[in-house]
Amino acid sequence: MNDTAAHAAHDGTGDLAPGQQGESPKSFGAGLGSYIIGLALAVGLTLASFWAAQTNLIYAPGVSVALVALGIAQMGIHLVFFLHITTAPDNTNNALALAFGILIVFFIVVGSLFIMGHMNHMSVPMGQQMDMQP
Amino acid sequence: MSTSDTVLRLASSPAVLELRSPRTVESEEATGHGEGGPAPKRIVVGYGFWIFLLSDIVMFSAFFATYAVLSGATAGGPTAAQLFDIRNVQIETACLLLSSFCCGIASLAVEQRYHRLTQVALFATGLLGLAFLTLEVHEFQGLIAQGAGPSRSAFLSSFFALVGCHGAHVTAGLLWLGTMMAQFYAKGFRADICRRYFCFSLFWHALDIIWVAIFTVVYLIGVRT
Repeated sequence: MNDTAAHAAHDGTGDLAPGQQGESPKSFGAGLGSYIIGLALAVGLTLASFWAAQTNLIYAPGVSVALVALGIAQMGIHLVFFLHITTAPDNTNNALALAFGILIVFFIVVGSLFIMGHMNHMSVPMGQQMDMQP
Repeated sequence: MSTSDTVLRLASSPAVLELRSPRTVESEEATGHGEGGPAPKRIVVGYGFWIFLLSDIVMFSAFFATYAVLSGATAGGPTAAQLFDIRNVQIETACLLLSSFCCGIASLAVEQRYHRLTQVALFATGLLGLAFLTLEVHEFQGLIAQGAGPSRSAFLSSFFALVGCHGAHVTAGLLWLGTMMAQFYAKGFRADICRRYFCFSLFWHALDIIWVAIFTVVYLIGVRT
């Protein structure tokens, strides 16, 4: 690395790798804070998920929605506090790649459910199909 | 050759820099622009591995879609609510979450070049990962023993494919973790070993994210319906 590149990597114009907390290594204690906050939030959300799945306090058909929301929140916590993906300028590349990944995941999961759900709805039930065969 | 050298030296001399606006200087010296050169290897390697992880997550999403579509296709066999033990899943989740946390501690220790703490934290990471894997194998054995193996119904095929694929990733991760401990021990905190380790830590945290989706979609929602 020549000195201009070294300079660029430390004056705020450089990028960060995913998982990297800052440009120069912080002290052990400063870095630990992020992991402890992340662990506390993740434990809280996990307990909330298991509670929501077993309680009768939530309107029953709404439980799956609550569980999905809690799950997505926990994934966000992991991304921010464990993988250190942020929306800061030094993280633009990482965040954009993540956004594209989420888009594809959304297409695959929601698209499959949508198409297969409609297909099940529109197709002739198994019993009647048997009757129609010669 | 000598002409271009002179031009470069002129451009980077303080007198010339002062004539330009600060904004221009910054953008021309940023990595990938002008004299900034390519990004440091740490960033290139990390970014490349991040792209791999995202494609791995896209692959998992196909397994998730398959499971979501087939979760009701039990072919007269046992359903999710009859098979899954939430208590067991709770312990598995705790193991993997704490394992991810220990991996974070190990990352901090590697950055500070603490030899002993790196090894201890990595050992704890591996032990918790192994506990998770043992519980999962035990669960699979129990299911197969009661006739609910992957060949029983489409629901169980997709369940074993999805959760088994995650388990295979954890197994691969444990082998990688053992390799990293050995390399830190034998070769110390060499730059290439550290880069390799940071890729491993990304991999391990990503596996925990996928497990969050599994215990939500497969176990918790499965037991409700």
